[in-house]
Amino acid sequence: MANTSTTTTRKLGKAIDLKYQPGFSQIAWFCIAVLYAPIAVLVFFSFNENRSVTVWTQFSLDWYVKAWNNEGIQHAALISLEVALVAMIVSTIMATMAALVTTRTEAYRGLNSAIAVINQPLMVPEIVTAVATLIFFAIIKQVTGVSGIGYLIAAHTAFCIPFAYMPIRARLEDMNLSLEQAAADLYAPPFKVFRRVTLPLMMPGILAGAMLAFIVSLDDVIITLFVAGPGETTLPLYILGQIRRGVTPEINAVSTVFVGISVILVTFIFLFGKNKK
Amino acid sequence: MGSGMTDQPTTHIQLSSSVVAEAKRLRNTRYALLAPGILTIFCIGIMPLSIVLVYSFLEPGDFGGISWVLSFDAYVQLLFEEDIFDETLSFTTDYIQIFLRSVSLALFTTIACLLVGFPTAYFIATQPPARRNAWLFLITIPFWTNLLIRTYAMLLILRDQGVINLSLIEIGLIDSPIPMLYTDFAVCLGLVYAYLPFMVLPIFASLEKLDFRLVEASYDLYATRFKVLRRIIVPLAKPGIAAGCILVMIPSLGAFITPALLGGGKSLMLGNLIELQFGQARNWPFGSAIALVLMVLVMLSLISYLRFGAKKGTPAHG
Repeated sequence: MANTSTTTTRKLGKAIDLKYQPGFSQIAWFCIAVLYAPIAVLVFFSFNENRSVTVWTQFSLDWYVKAWNNEGIQHAALISLEVALVAMIVSTIMATMAALVTTRTEAYRGLNSAIAVINQPLMVPEIVTAVATLIFFAIIKQVTGVSGIGYLIAAHTAFCIPFAYMPIRARLEDMNLSLEQAAADLYAPPFKVFRRVTLPLMMPGILAGAMLAFIVSLDDVIITLFVAGPGETTLPLYILGQIRRGVTPEINAVSTVFVGISVILVTFIFLFGKNKK
Repeated sequence: MGSGMTDQPTTHIQLSSSVVAEAKRLRNTRYALLAPGILTIFCIGIMPLSIVLVYSFLEPGDFGGISWVLSFDAYVQLLFEEDIFDETLSFTTDYIQIFLRSVSLALFTTIACLLVGFPTAYFIATQPPARRNAWLFLITIPFWTNLLIRTYAMLLILRDQGVINLSLIEIGLIDSPIPMLYTDFAVCLGLVYAYLPFMVLPIFASLEKLDFRLVEASYDLYATRFKVLRRIIVPLAKPGIAAGCILVMIPSLGAFITPALLGGGKSLMLGNLIELQFGQARNWPFGSAIALVLMVLVMLSLISYLRFGAKKGTPAHG
């Protein structure tokens, strides 16, 4: 209905379009330009043959080849993948479990505090969490003498949980209980109801949640900067180190690949989101 | 629960006990499923915050870390400087300046994001569905793109040999590059660029549900476009505006990457100061104290959000 009214009013002109506000469309386009121009420049100069990242000479893929063969980048990429994969799997399982008992339920004692705890990492500035985690892990290391990449993975898992939780919860809230009740009426035991009805229905939410957790872990700089031990340099930390040393098209090439991965994953999440309707 | 029901009245007592057992089982399932996530966040996210509080009242260790001596030095240091030679204290504004810069940059960033974000969100919300999704997709992509890389892209544009300066020289408008990097302006621009999607998306969410019959009614009553915007649309979008502001404000207050890359040593914010204390300066108690100051700022913004912003707005009268 809104659709037909807008098309007719468009024919009659902006003068009587209820929704029109002067200048707003220009600002929206300006907003998109601001958001994309810097990234466009970055991507553009990653294909520059020259060492410069501002003066264009010739198209070349040299910097991608260089980045691909760079051992520092290879190692950092593997660490990043390892941390992100484990953090993604663990946090998604935890978030799924938590979402199952915090949605579609009558209020019970602890429900609101549980939701508040899950969302806590979103409310505290990352630098504070990073410092707190650094101190906490330093104490544990001192007491137990255990070190390793486990600390980094645990820290990532904790802040990935709310990101995985959001789309799973949203998906569950869109589902009504009738299918599950029907299965239960047909004498399906609770676990079977979950496995055959609930789980398949909430799968798009779980996949979206897992991808968000993966992106968030892959992108993290601040907490990783504080928690990562020697030899645990992730790709963002490697890039940060390089930027501080000086600007090269090699960073542009790695960054472009990085941005590309994010874009692909976000596109998938977007498509999952559309499917439910 | 339905499986326990039968027609015989004699099973009444059994039934109620099975209902109790069922309720108990449900409660156990709930807590068992919640436990892993809650415990992980509690142990890694919440409990360490109290350790930070304790550490801020201790003395720094010789090689980083702390030594277990009660001391208020960390808080004194925020306001006073100790003379190296005679150990007298004198008032210093160094840290107050950084504190004020963080607050004002975060406020400027929030206002700038609102000025650009609100019209954008409104424009998107009034588009036909297909185009609306495309716009939303375009806003969402930067939201999930690595902040470090986006800030680096900003650095490429702003620096002396950057795109802006080189093109201005090229067309002959200026002779030598305008220094833009390592200024408060660069940090503010970087923050706006970083957190703009955080403003657009919640405002869009509340404008999407806007009932345009109210707008129509006010036009019928001879309201001007600006009056409709101010009296009808903005009040109805208030929850989204408040959510957007808090989502931009909190990360801006605690920003670290943006001031580190675009502000350099000249435009430090609280986040950089904290990192400095845990890195080069090796003064963990002082770093902890600044982290707590930052937490207090965040709490104040959250409280004002809950007080004034979270309530659903109604169109203004009169």
